[in-house]
Amino acid sequence: MTDVAGAAPDQLAPRGRSSILDLIRATEIDLRQFGMVVALIAIWIGLGFQNSTILQPVNFLSFSVQAAGTAILATGMVLVIVSRNIDLSVGSVVGFIGMFYAHLMANVFPATIGVNHPLAWIIALAAGVLLGIIIGGLQGFLIAYLEIPSFVVTLGGLFLFRGLIWQLSGGTTIAPDDPTFVLIGGGPEGSLGGTLSWVFGVVICVAAVYLLVNARRQRRRFGFPLRPLWAEVLIGGIAIAVVLGAVVTANSYKWPAGLATQYALKHGIVEPPGGLQIDAGIPFPLVILIGVTILMTFLATRRRFGRDIYAFGGNPQAAELAGINTRWTVMKIFILMGILCAISGAIASARLNGGTLDLGTGYELYVIAAAVIGGTLFAGGVGSIPGAILGALVMQSLQYGLSFLQFNSPQINMVLAVVLVAVVGIDQWARRRSR
Amino acid sequence: MTAEAAAMTTTTAAPLVELRNINVAFGGVHAVRDVSIDLRPGEVVGLVGGNGAGKSTLTKVLSGAQRADTGQILISGSPVEISNPRDAKEFGIETIYQTLALADNLDAPANLFLGRELTSRLGNLDDDRMEDATRKVMGRLNPNFQRFNMPVKSLSGGQRQAVAIARAVYFNAKILIMDEPTAALGPAETAQVRNLVRQLKNEGIGIFLISHDIHDVYDLADRVSVMYHGRIVDTVNKHEVSTDDILGMIILGKKPGDVTASELEQLELRG
Repeated sequence: MTDVAGAAPDQLAPRGRSSILDLIRATEIDLRQFGMVVALIAIWIGLGFQNSTILQPVNFLSFSVQAAGTAILATGMVLVIVSRNIDLSVGSVVGFIGMFYAHLMANVFPATIGVNHPLAWIIALAAGVLLGIIIGGLQGFLIAYLEIPSFVVTLGGLFLFRGLIWQLSGGTTIAPDDPTFVLIGGGPEGSLGGTLSWVFGVVICVAAVYLLVNARRQRRRFGFPLRPLWAEVLIGGIAIAVVLGAVVTANSYKWPAGLATQYALKHGIVEPPGGLQIDAGIPFPLVILIGVTILMTFLATRRRFGRDIYAFGGNPQAAELAGINTRWTVMKIFILMGILCAISGAIASARLNGGTLDLGTGYELYVIAAAVIGGTLFAGGVGSIPGAILGALVMQSLQYGLSFLQFNSPQINMVLAVVLVAVVGIDQWARRRSR
Repeated sequence: MTAEAAAMTTTTAAPLVELRNINVAFGGVHAVRDVSIDLRPGEVVGLVGGNGAGKSTLTKVLSGAQRADTGQILISGSPVEISNPRDAKEFGIETIYQTLALADNLDAPANLFLGRELTSRLGNLDDDRMEDATRKVMGRLNPNFQRFNMPVKSLSGGQRQAVAIARAVYFNAKILIMDEPTAALGPAETAQVRNLVRQLKNEGIGIFLISHDIHDVYDLADRVSVMYHGRIVDTVNKHEVSTDDILGMIILGKKPGDVTASELEQLELRG
């Protein structure tokens, strides 16, 4: 979707001489996102030079789990910012819903449906999503219908829900979560395992190839210009290589020996010499992130809802005159954000096996930064979900890598701050030049 | 169709749309006062007047962007209720706004179908079908246009105007409101839009043409309604008046016969 992706770089007037840029342009890949992928690879190569142990599969897995929480929120933040709004409350809402899950499972369920009820995790999750819808709907209503600026409403939300976390928990940590619920947070048991990871990877590859072939067939049917066949094959090939590479990486991490022994005992398996080797596979938070990304991209680019958001962000008056129900559209964006907070809160609470007072603190800034690094413009109307995911991965890579290299968190924050401002600065310069 | 033939249809055909005794006030400002105006198929009615005369407000009432405080709207003789832009579109009323009302960040097909997207059976946007339709409509209006996948921000004024007009053409407008359609355009593009107006008129579409450019109006319109401080000064048949008569009405707010000698003198001094 070239019309909604980051707008500027691909509008450079075609130059006479053939260059790498022209080749990339032929593939119709967004140059900005291409640059971010390059930056991401560069970051990890740089980290690998500093300390090669960071390139072990286990680090990629725990990095992906850590990134999932904010990346999920970033997909929604893109739409919020595209609609000329902002949501500062996401961190507090994630924390509040996270604490709510813990409260349900540690305090409410034992007294009602009993401990370890097989459906406990899904009941908790459904209640959390409902809470997210209510919170998002309330904030969205105040913003869309009462026309209170979103900055103010969600700044209030930031304080209110952080306060409610204390009210709900009585100022302490609440634990534990339901043991099945905990799997949402990843870890060796909270992963797909070897076989399912392969199935998952192959399904995604087949879907990607189908989409490419189908898009080309459609364009040919209508007689539109096609991109060169080599570009299609290249894109499909890269997509398949990335997906299958991720599966191989995830499967090459084996369960820790102690956990594998426990598993063998429980299932009456005789451990072979050298211990039972169980592939961990793709962690559930990453599966959830991939699912959310696909769904949100679909909503943003293939549905009226998404088109309405981009139209409203580009020209609110035009959207209104076109008969779009702009208030309801804005309210729906915040409801969606509430649902994403419930999902992110579930991952955060499950990882900690409970609710803590500082859960989600500072998320709003990471998430907004991810969206902005990913090419979302505060002026509205421009921003892409894949871009925001890349933005979140860049932020989290630096965060994860630098803390792996023993930098302390104030130092890491300073690096992230410089990167954020520098990326946006370079972007502005590139956009101005391309005009 | 010749000008004479057009003038004849003006007198015989039933009104496509009729606005009766429309009033709109913003706080203490009476933007439109007791205005009645009508439009017949294949007719162009020019709506002229100075800044703040009420032209835009009046047309917004018809396009559903502004509710009238009192008054009646009749489409083909029957009274209708137009309370939002969607209602207006259902009656075949399309508006091309002064500000174009395009979403700059979206491409031409997305803008053409804004609010009325073509979808598949499952309700997914059918971008290919929309692009195909856009290519066909734009092929009629502006055959050289190729930038179908670019945000309209990157298009020229004439191309943007063509996209805005394509929107009205595609949805088979019966009544077209054009608010300053040539204000932002160069001479060649203006000529293009004028040809387009004649083409649409010949297809039987009724057009309200709002313009500051008295020559635009005089060239294209069959009748001219002059507004002054929210009122209609007079609606005249173009062939019965000169551009100077119309200018006099715009500036003084009086019919040519009512103008006194001293006012005429002042007008000439100003001119």
